[in-house]
Amino acid sequence: MATEILMPALSPTMEEGTLARWLVKEGDTVSSGDIMAEIETDKATMEFEAVDEGIVGKIVVAEGTEGVKVNNVIAILVEEGEDVPAEGASSAPAAASTGGTAAPTSAPATAAAAPAAPAADATPDWDADVELKPTTVREALRDAMAEEMRRDEDVFLMGEEVAEYQGAYKISQGLLDEFGAKRVIDTPITEHGFAGIGTGAAFGGLKPIVEFMTFNFAMQAIDHIINSAAKTLYMSGGQMGAPMVFRGPNGAAARVGAQHSQDYAAWYMQIPGLKVVMPYSAADAKGLMKTAIRDPNPVIFLENEILYGKSFDVPVVDDFTIPFGKAKIERAGDDVTIVSFGIGMTYALAAAEKLAEDGINAEVINLRTLRPMDTETILVSVRKTNRCVTVEEGWPQGSVGNYISSMIMQQAFDYLDAPVINCTGKDVPMPYAANLEKHALVTTDEVVDACKQVTYR
Amino acid sequence: MPPKKKAAAKPNVSAEELLGHYREMLLIRRFEEKAGQLYGMGLIGGFCHLYIGQEAVVVGLEAAAEEGDKRVTSYRDHGHMLACGMDPKGIMAELTGREGGFSKGKGGSMHMFSKEKHFYGGHGIVAAQVPLGAGLAFADKYKGNDRVTFTYFGDGAANQGQVYETYNMAELWDLPVVFVIENNQYAMGTSVKRSTKSPSLWERGAAYGIPGEEVDGMNVLAVKEAGERAVAHCRAGKGPYILEVKTYRYRGHSMSDPAKYRTREEVQKMRDERDPIEQVREMLLTGKHASEDDLKAIDKEIKAIVNEAAEFSKESPEPALEELWTDIYAEVEA
Repeated sequence: MATEILMPALSPTMEEGTLARWLVKEGDTVSSGDIMAEIETDKATMEFEAVDEGIVGKIVVAEGTEGVKVNNVIAILVEEGEDVPAEGASSAPAAASTGGTAAPTSAPATAAAAPAAPAADATPDWDADVELKPTTVREALRDAMAEEMRRDEDVFLMGEEVAEYQGAYKISQGLLDEFGAKRVIDTPITEHGFAGIGTGAAFGGLKPIVEFMTFNFAMQAIDHIINSAAKTLYMSGGQMGAPMVFRGPNGAAARVGAQHSQDYAAWYMQIPGLKVVMPYSAADAKGLMKTAIRDPNPVIFLENEILYGKSFDVPVVDDFTIPFGKAKIERAGDDVTIVSFGIGMTYALAAAEKLAEDGINAEVINLRTLRPMDTETILVSVRKTNRCVTVEEGWPQGSVGNYISSMIMQQAFDYLDAPVINCTGKDVPMPYAANLEKHALVTTDEVVDACKQVTYR
Repeated sequence: MPPKKKAAAKPNVSAEELLGHYREMLLIRRFEEKAGQLYGMGLIGGFCHLYIGQEAVVVGLEAAAEEGDKRVTSYRDHGHMLACGMDPKGIMAELTGREGGFSKGKGGSMHMFSKEKHFYGGHGIVAAQVPLGAGLAFADKYKGNDRVTFTYFGDGAANQGQVYETYNMAELWDLPVVFVIENNQYAMGTSVKRSTKSPSLWERGAAYGIPGEEVDGMNVLAVKEAGERAVAHCRAGKGPYILEVKTYRYRGHSMSDPAKYRTREEVQKMRDERDPIEQVREMLLTGKHASEDDLKAIDKEIKAIVNEAAEFSKESPEPALEELWTDIYAEVEA
């Protein structure tokens, strides 16, 4: 049976090419792998190999021909003793099917990408009659990990200095004693490598908690966080993913300079496939960490060194968890909505105190999870106050606040009585000098000023 | 450093095994030729990295594997998937971006997975699969079974830092992982000689205490024998092992490779003198394990499988538009 040789597409973008030279002539026998011709593409001159065996019955396109469209017949192979089919008698060249070329007829237009959070849920995190115990964020994180490690053998902790040193920031204090070296694992200083090993262990059915001594060092590992952990479920058509937690302190501590002070909230919040948590209080830290460890997806858990030592009430209950995508109204008010998360909450709450002295009642929302984000709670509040100020320590361009502003503009534009203001860190690398560092971060005064601006006071 | 071992001159192999290797290698070769053809027709898009010439590597190592062993590799992954028993139809349909593909058309040539066959991808970032493979081995060790993970990477990947971060931890923790360096001599267009002065890639493991050896990757029996040594080392709990398998890729790095970095003669010489399939064919014929007619029948059978896969990959519909929004997050159990 005659075989048509078609003008091949030799690059992802090639539509036509020049048939520069034939290396075979009519009557030649070719077998699979023989070079038949040289073809000039938009990128380079390439050799074109035979796939099938046969005799070159006819060369249809002469060498030197320019602008030969992909999939045009350029030659015909025949078998021994077979005639070349008459022109036109052969089957039409197989047109590239819809697979390669057709644009999708209609795709859902607007991005509903971030996982949808449930409608605003204002139920409290614990019942009013529950006993409360003052706990530091540090203890809350340790307790959460210990409880989940007791509950599930597949959960383990790995990172630099997590075991014998008891954690660079003492978050894993006591875990080695209770769970042993099999489940609390000191790694060499090798973020890229151990983030990859942790992700592979998650593919293999375990539930790793990967501690970064700080998220600044996770930049060495971000390829595995995003390309390996976040995207595999999608790339595998749902067959396998990475049930794991990447955790550690994030953002500025104090006087540690430009390379140890970055806030990554906005970076990670952008990635489909990740869930992103940034707790403020000890109760947030405990309840959200337990939820993170149980979640079957990769979770970025952004802690803060300055908050580690702060004490908050944590409910004394058997299994305290906080669901993702549920913001908390930390302070109710009618005049302006302040939205923040993580350490940003300290400025937000301090500003609200000051504003109250001036008779401005701010409603302060603690987002807790950035992805999924509880946009409904923000919208309900903004529809009431008609004004919004966001607060974060990260940089201004492409900030979390930018996303919230655009979301409010699209969904509550008619309710706004003033533009949304984003209070952020300054657009500079973190300086070392104490006075400069203080100014590089967002300040309570800036939040107060922004709230006054949007309330026209 | 352990001595380099040579494959036995007269390997102890049954006719049945030899025929099996022949069939599996031929399936990969014909499948890849067909994939190249479909790419030329515009049915396969983007990047498509063919495995032609390297068939003996995966077929030899799969012969040393047991049920439950895992494998992970780079973007040149079609051969690995066929060798571990994944359905050619599902692979080809993934290449054409169709619903019937292993990733429902969402992964493509470079990103396929099979939980059932313990194939963990299909990774597009050079060397990223190396720590992932060690992580899979970590999971097996943690669970206390004696399964082994084959972690494949190329001579190009061998220069990435994460490989050595992984070597260090794999040996430190005695992880049951076989690091398979598929040295096909060219990282895209850069020959090994132009990228490193250390002539032997497997010997770099010595810096971490990992034993290894060089293997003739055009000889399926030599690969299998070395694979068995590596697997035995890992299963015995002695930690990782490195195989540097010297092989050769006949085709370009991807489809749009003008191949100006090597001569046509070099490629032709390899094909004529070292071809892994021809070598087994010779053995079968000279050993009178099969006749020309027997081999023709196998050719025909393989051609039918590949044609069926190609047909399936054309007929399978494109994924539904709703698929755009699925598999981003796994459901949280209530």
